[in-house]
Formats: sequence, structure tokens, C-alpha cells
Amino acid sequence: MADYQTTLSPILIIDLTLLALLLVCAVAMVRVRRLFAVVMLSGIYSLLSAAFFVSMDAVDVAFTEAAVGAGISTVLMLSGMLLTAKREKPIKTGRAPIAMFVCLIVGAALVYASIDAPAFGDPNAPANAYLGKMYVENNWADTQVPNIVTSVLASYRGFDTLGETYVVFTAALAVMLLLGIATERGGKKKLDARAMEAQARREYLEMQAEKERVISGGND
Amino acid sequence: MMFVVASIAVLVSMALVLARAILGPTLYDRVLAGNSFGTKTVLLLGLMGYVTGRPDFLDIALLYALINFTGTIAILKFFRYRTMAGSMDDMRGQS
Repeated sequence: MADYQTTLSPILIIDLTLLALLLVCAVAMVRVRRLFAVVMLSGIYSLLSAAFFVSMDAVDVAFTEAAVGAGISTVLMLSGMLLTAKREKPIKTGRAPIAMFVCLIVGAALVYASIDAPAFGDPNAPANAYLGKMYVENNWADTQVPNIVTSVLASYRGFDTLGETYVVFTAALAVMLLLGIATERGGKKKLDARAMEAQARREYLEMQAEKERVISGGND
Repeated sequence: MMFVVASIAVLVSMALVLARAILGPTLYDRVLAGNSFGTKTVLLLGLMGYVTGRPDFLDIALLYALINFTGTIAILKFFRYRTMAGSMDDMRGQS
């Protein structure tokens, strides 16, 4: 087998810059205490990784990442944030060195494992050498599904997709129960009409006050 | 070459927007930072297609623009109405 070499190209520079921005974004998400900023940063993180996935030619993954990461989970995180505090509590740093140590070990193990993986886009890699070819050649005889991507997802990897569906269904159910999306008051206690109106008025005034405070600035 | 330079310019502006999202200081700065970061992603995806010589993914970039728009609307609706499934009854407590 001939060696496959990746070359230094403009797209590599873009990749490296995107990864650097991802790192900055991740560190900022850990450091910032204001939860709204963390939610916005996680949306930005998803957009960055989606751009990165596109440059790695994984357009479908990138699309899912942008729709779920930047779209839905931002809204879910915000609705979760409304049920809790606006700021993260300061945490005790007593066990931080142990956690850091575990993270470093796991990261080093993953990097070590990635050394053995075939280079990006290597035509001799098992996935490119015969697996993809096998799907293309045998698809019609095996499944009679005209779209190969559909047949791989729903037939060749049918059980995998079924398991994924279970996971997504369970997660959606848990999120709906936690946030009370289907309830009228968004999971809050329902009061009688007059009290509800009074509370709505109170909330609105609070919100106005907060808005003015925010616009006047400098609260972070 | 032109596309590479343009991509680098977009990346630099992405870094600037990221700095605004981290530093804040107000809520609206961060909403705007998130929104314009989405716009920069759309631009970068478009440019990246031309850098690699395969501008087939332009429609994906357009769909990102749609997601970005909807996401910003959702966030802003959230701050107006404080609930996800609530009615958009704007007169609440205002009259």
C-alpha cells in the first residue's frame, strides 16, 4: 500500500483557526459565571464545530450540529435557566486537581488512540477501501432502496438507528417532563386567575426593571 | 487566493465577535454576538466551498442562515414572554 500524505493547504489553516477559536470558546464557557453568556457561548461553540465538520466533509453531521446545537438546545438551555438562578454559584476548588488529572489522562489516551487511526481522507483506510464500495455495489441487491444513505442508516445499521431513536425519545421525554413544556405555565405552580394576573403584572414590572438595568449596562 | 484572504478576514471577525460574546457586558450584546456569529459561519461555509473548489454546499450555508434567524427570534421571544409554549399575548400586564 502506498503511503498517503496530507499536504499543508489553505483549508488546514482555516481548520486550525477554527480549532483555536473552539478552544477559546470552551475555556470561556468554563470561566464565565453568568449563565446567559454560557448559553450564548454554547450556541457559538456549536456553530464553530459545525463549520469545522463541513471543512472535514461531514456535511450531514454539521447540519445536525447546527440545527440541534445552535438552534434547539440554546432554547432548551434558556428555558432551563429560567427555572434556576441567573448565575452559577462559586464552586469549591478542592477536588479540581483530581478532575483535571482524570481529564488529562483520558485526553492523552484519546490522542494516543488517534495515532493509529488512518489519515484523514486516506484511500487505503478500511472504510474507503472496501466498505463504502460494498455499500455502493450491493445496495440494490440487498435492500432495493434507491437512496444509499437511507439504506445504510435504516437497513445496514438498522439496529443502531433503532437504539438512537430510543435514546432521543427518552431524552425528549425527560426534557419535556423537566421543563414542563406542555403545561400552561411552563412548569410553574398554577394559581387562580386573579393571583395569576397579579403575578404576571409583577413579573412584567420586574422584567422592565431588569431591562433598564441591563441597558444602562455594566452588570457583569 | 482571493477566497483564502476573504476566509481569513471572516475568521478574524469571528474572533472579534467571540470576544464580544465573552466580554458582554449586556444581554443584548451577547444576543447580537450569537446572531452575527451565525452570519459569519454562513459566510465562512460559502467561502470554504470555493477555497476547496467544490461550491456544492452553498445550500447548506443558506439553511444555516435560516436556523440562525429562527434561533435569534426564539431567544428574543423567550426574553419577552418568559415561556416557550405560552401565548404571544403581548398585552399581559401592560394595559
